[in-house]
Amino acid sequence: MTTQGDLLHVVTRDAISAPRRALGRILVWGPLALLLLVALLQALDARGVIGLGLTDWRPTLYAYLLWAASLCAGQVVLKGEQGKRLVFVLPAALFTVAMVVFPLVFGLTIAFTDWNLASLTGRHFNGLDNLRQMWADPFYWNAMGNMVLYVAAILVEYAIAFGLALLLASEIRARRFFRVAFLLPLMLSPVAVSWMIGKSMLEARFGPLARLARGFGWDNPSFFGTPEIARATIMVMDAWTFVPLMMIMLLAGLQAIPRELTEAARVDGAGPWKTFWEVTFPLMLPVSVTAVLIRIIFKLKLADIVINVTAGGPGGATDTVTSFIFREYRDRSNVGYGTLLAIVYLVLIVVAMTALMKLADRLTRPRF
Amino acid sequence: MGAAGPLFRDSPADRAFRARWWVGRGVVYLVLAAWALACLFPIYWTATTSFKMAPDVMQGHLVPFVDYAPRWLGWRSLGLSPDTLGAESTVREEFLKRFWNSAVIALSASALAVVLGSLAAYGLSRFAYRFGPMRNPDISFFFLSQLILPPVVLALPFLVLYKELALLDSRVGLMLLYTLTVLPIVIWIMRDQFASIPTELEEAALVDGLSVWGAFLTIILPIAAPGMVAAFILSLVLTWNEYFFAALLTSTNAVTLPVMVASQTGSQGISWWSMAALSFAAILPLILVGILLERYIVKGMVAGAVK
Repeated sequence: MTTQGDLLHVVTRDAISAPRRALGRILVWGPLALLLLVALLQALDARGVIGLGLTDWRPTLYAYLLWAASLCAGQVVLKGEQGKRLVFVLPAALFTVAMVVFPLVFGLTIAFTDWNLASLTGRHFNGLDNLRQMWADPFYWNAMGNMVLYVAAILVEYAIAFGLALLLASEIRARRFFRVAFLLPLMLSPVAVSWMIGKSMLEARFGPLARLARGFGWDNPSFFGTPEIARATIMVMDAWTFVPLMMIMLLAGLQAIPRELTEAARVDGAGPWKTFWEVTFPLMLPVSVTAVLIRIIFKLKLADIVINVTAGGPGGATDTVTSFIFREYRDRSNVGYGTLLAIVYLVLIVVAMTALMKLADRLTRPRF
Repeated sequence: MGAAGPLFRDSPADRAFRARWWVGRGVVYLVLAAWALACLFPIYWTATTSFKMAPDVMQGHLVPFVDYAPRWLGWRSLGLSPDTLGAESTVREEFLKRFWNSAVIALSASALAVVLGSLAAYGLSRFAYRFGPMRNPDISFFFLSQLILPPVVLALPFLVLYKELALLDSRVGLMLLYTLTVLPIVIWIMRDQFASIPTELEEAALVDGLSVWGAFLTIILPIAAPGMVAAFILSLVLTWNEYFFAALLTSTNAVTLPVMVASQTGSQGISWWSMAALSFAAILPLILVGILLERYIVKGMVAGAVK
């Protein structure tokens, strides 16, 4: 996408009169002043300096909404045509800032406190104590290690997805049926999948998969008994849900490859194996990288299945960072410490994803 | 063709090739069928288990009418079997309430995300912006980078914030959060969609006297509608299934279907039929969406992946 100038070039002649400019300024700054005033009053009320009898911060929220709407209107009044363009992006930007940046900053302030919702003393700043506790917390680092293993499993998922996409792209009958059937696992709620597969089909006594395993000679099938098997089971269940995502993207990539290329390779005497490695796979590299990166992003959020099937067990072997923090809050109401763990996780993710994207960029750049 | 058979026969070398082709076909369909079985069996298992009784579960019966006589056991426990449908049922009321919560939250969050996201994506695909040091690619990256944000980072601050705002356990609060989680995906899809629409269309409209917004609303939106539907459906799938935020931020009023399913999971011993009925009722809407609107889901997922 170009960065210089507008793609849609509009020549305008906005003669904005002085009264109109004044009105615009009032629209932009007036509600902002109101918002700050309301926030200040509420803060004083919360500290008990003045008594307004407010029970929640709703007035500040409403003032923010008023300011956001008035800011958009003010842009049009103040800048004319340019303002109308701004209004396309402003609502989403204001929404995202309010919903992400503000909570993140707020999160930072509670990450360095000993806030426990169950304790009666409220929250106190405790400096780097949480960091020290995190450093010595074996379960957190264990969950982190699990995440590395879970992400590594994406390579296998990718291979399966690529294979299925190749099959779907070849000349087969009933392609639509297969495509819909393969897509369905992605539609299912992970929580329902946790029960359907994790709790009933894998149930040691009556589950059909346990019966099947017994039929194959595994006397006492237990899919969550040892750490290794439990982790593998979680990986398989998650892969079952998310392979379609990569498969569909890879399928679209395969269908975008011109037939002439593979035909030319065949004319030149390349077998199917060689055609794949020399023509198809290199051409699929950009799509593959996108698919894997998106899959990694989704994998890093993995929690629902773990929470509902194993609750992290046995002994934290299947824990993901998200499920671990979820329990830290659910079982111990430890808001301060949990928030710090989450923010450290975010920092690690951002660093890792930036490195990965740089690497991916180099990988997909044409070499010839 | 006479009884004498074909005049021209393939040479033995060709026939060997033919045999190999058939074997290849066989393997391809075998693999496809195996994976289709892996995908569909859990759904089949859940649907049939909801009609089983305890002995059927324990003996591992699989095929209704052949192995066992289906009963409405699971659905009766939800108050949704034919004989309980007319009567009062607290379980059914609870289930319908959760279902309604899920539907309202998912639909409104997806709609809001599509509106906000389409506007932003259109602006970013047509005009050059500057917010301080941020230019268009930076603004796009700012929006898309929200996708990386793991929900757990926002969960605890939101828990506290919502408590202060009296939005805890409310549909509005959950809806706003869900909008946030799907907004990057909508912008990703719609940016791709708008980039494929030539700017000459708007230029013609502007020459004819429409304003920028007029051209967007009357010319571009109808053309971009398939992309918006794709974004909406994909958002719907993600928000309907969301569990993490719902589990943390709701307790009684705004509980969604996944939370209800999860809360039942632990308490059930071997009464699989009722869990199966509940799970199946929770996944059925999206199975239908998947079957009927597969085209749009695929369109949404491949947006931006293939240049």
